[in-house]
Amino acid sequence: MTELAAEPVVARGLVKRYGELIAVDHVDLTVERGDVFGYLGPNGAGKTTSLRMLLGLIRPTAGSIGLFGRDPLELGARALDGVAGFVEAPRFYPYLSGRRNLRLLADYDEPRTRKRIEEVLDLVELRDRGNDRVGGYSHGMKQRLGIAASLLRAPRLLLLDEPTTGLDPAGMRDMRSLVRRLSSEGITVLLSSHLLAEVEELCNRVAIIRRGRIAYEGTLVELKEQAGTTWRLRATDPERARAIALAGGATDLGVVDGELHFTASEEAVAALTIALGQARVGITSLRVEAATLEDLFLELTEQRDQVGEEAAA
Amino acid sequence: MSAISSSESQVVLGSRPRTAGLRGTWFVYKWELLKLLAQKRTYLGLGAAMLVPTAFVLALIFKSGGPNDVPLGRYLRESGLATPFVVLEFMAIWGLPLITALVAGDIVASESHNGTLKTILTRSRDRGEVFAGKVLAAFSYTATAVVLMAGVGLAAATAEWGWRPLVSLSGPKVSADHSLVLLLATLGVYLLALLGIAAFGMLISTVTRNSAAAVVSTLMFALFMQLVGALPGTEPIRPYLLSNQFVAWHGLLRVPVDWAPIGHAIWLCSLYIAAPLVAAYLVFLRRDVAGD
Repeated sequence: MTELAAEPVVARGLVKRYGELIAVDHVDLTVERGDVFGYLGPNGAGKTTSLRMLLGLIRPTAGSIGLFGRDPLELGARALDGVAGFVEAPRFYPYLSGRRNLRLLADYDEPRTRKRIEEVLDLVELRDRGNDRVGGYSHGMKQRLGIAASLLRAPRLLLLDEPTTGLDPAGMRDMRSLVRRLSSEGITVLLSSHLLAEVEELCNRVAIIRRGRIAYEGTLVELKEQAGTTWRLRATDPERARAIALAGGATDLGVVDGELHFTASEEAVAALTIALGQARVGITSLRVEAATLEDLFLELTEQRDQVGEEAAA
Repeated sequence: MSAISSSESQVVLGSRPRTAGLRGTWFVYKWELLKLLAQKRTYLGLGAAMLVPTAFVLALIFKSGGPNDVPLGRYLRESGLATPFVVLEFMAIWGLPLITALVAGDIVASESHNGTLKTILTRSRDRGEVFAGKVLAAFSYTATAVVLMAGVGLAAATAEWGWRPLVSLSGPKVSADHSLVLLLATLGVYLLALLGIAAFGMLISTVTRNSAAAVVSTLMFALFMQLVGALPGTEPIRPYLLSNQFVAWHGLLRVPVDWAPIGHAIWLCSLYIAAPLVAAYLVFLRRDVAGD
């Protein structure tokens, strides 16, 4: 596959093992051009370790990585052409100014990119503080300098590890607005986060990682559809209603305080109402309760853990 | 906020930067020097390298007597040229190893500690270029410390005792100008031994990722060599100890020059420099840059 045709990120069977601990367990990821791809998972799920492998900072125990078709294991820094970003908090030399840090990083790339320094400082609104030592910067300013340092490489792919962590609400808003703007300018973004709202706001596709394994990869719309719709039904005879619903294909059936809870498609619910009428069971209320992303996220990340722990016990 | 122009995004894309290879190493080296110039520890080390010979000369001015049991110690007040040799002899025990360790032990470990290793290793320079730049910077600092120590000692002592012929270790006097040439050659041989210490410091710095541990270990390595060399029964291995190479320059101050210890020091120090550097390079090349 040529570089132009290759996807920004293709990872297959990625494994990172530290002794007995498997931090990343056979992860497959595909980030397509133009994506703002959310890499979502609780703290310690393996997001940062995955990003470190993508950037060539740590060697995978097994698996393959392609960044625009180039393997960082094979090509080292050359695989990072057109790729920029940071893992955990961006770090700089505290005894140098922000501007001087960027000059250093420009020379670590291609000295001609020095001419972009003022432009990127301006973009992250640090131009006025560019001559101050980074040691005196706030967390938010360092995050913004991290973005500026990444943009200095004029990337086509930006890898951002929890870019809003530790920022105040205004800082989070500005950072998200910046990510949207960069995406609109054609930069593909892979953004890790443990904040569901952030991913929902910014990303068109997501991968949810749990204990080093991918629990879901796809669009958020598909994720919601996959979860099905939950219904709440009150009827004059709950027991008969339950039996009819079960016969009609409803799943996850339960009765709470006389109210029937179940999952079913709209067509199945329409058929159920007719069947209940024919059986002379009156419907007193029927409500739809769409699953929130938070429910889905928790289901994918926490409940399965509990099931696993119970099974192990 | 201004937008990033997508047309400019083509500037740095493509294959390797044009400055890869030796020029890449040069850029890393340049920035390592600039970083050293921005850190207090550099001035602490270089300041000590200048302070010691100054204090030494002042002590000799205000006090009678002197270090008569070291080569040239008796002739310190006869020529300003004797002082740098004597100061170097004394400072080989722990002074210059400590000054060297301050930077060599820190130059890789501090990047791990600050988390900046991941910042520079996700740019376009290969790890080999980064490592080479750091080695050159640590060696440059070490050389600067040695030159400053000898230079300040020479200047201070010459101001007091003049630019006069030096009594060689064989007895005959050597002209002042020729003594200066011998001093420069001495600095070269002496520096080789000190670079062996620096290379060891870089290895520990790379492996431990801990500045303090690397600085202390490097100093302990130098002291251990001195200790082993002083123990009875170690005569057969003494010629192969790094500490013994700090006095190889004695051969230069004999008439005629005794080249044997010089040649021996050159090949042995080369091994002491190369072995840790190769090991450190291999570790640096393959290491995982995780949350250090």
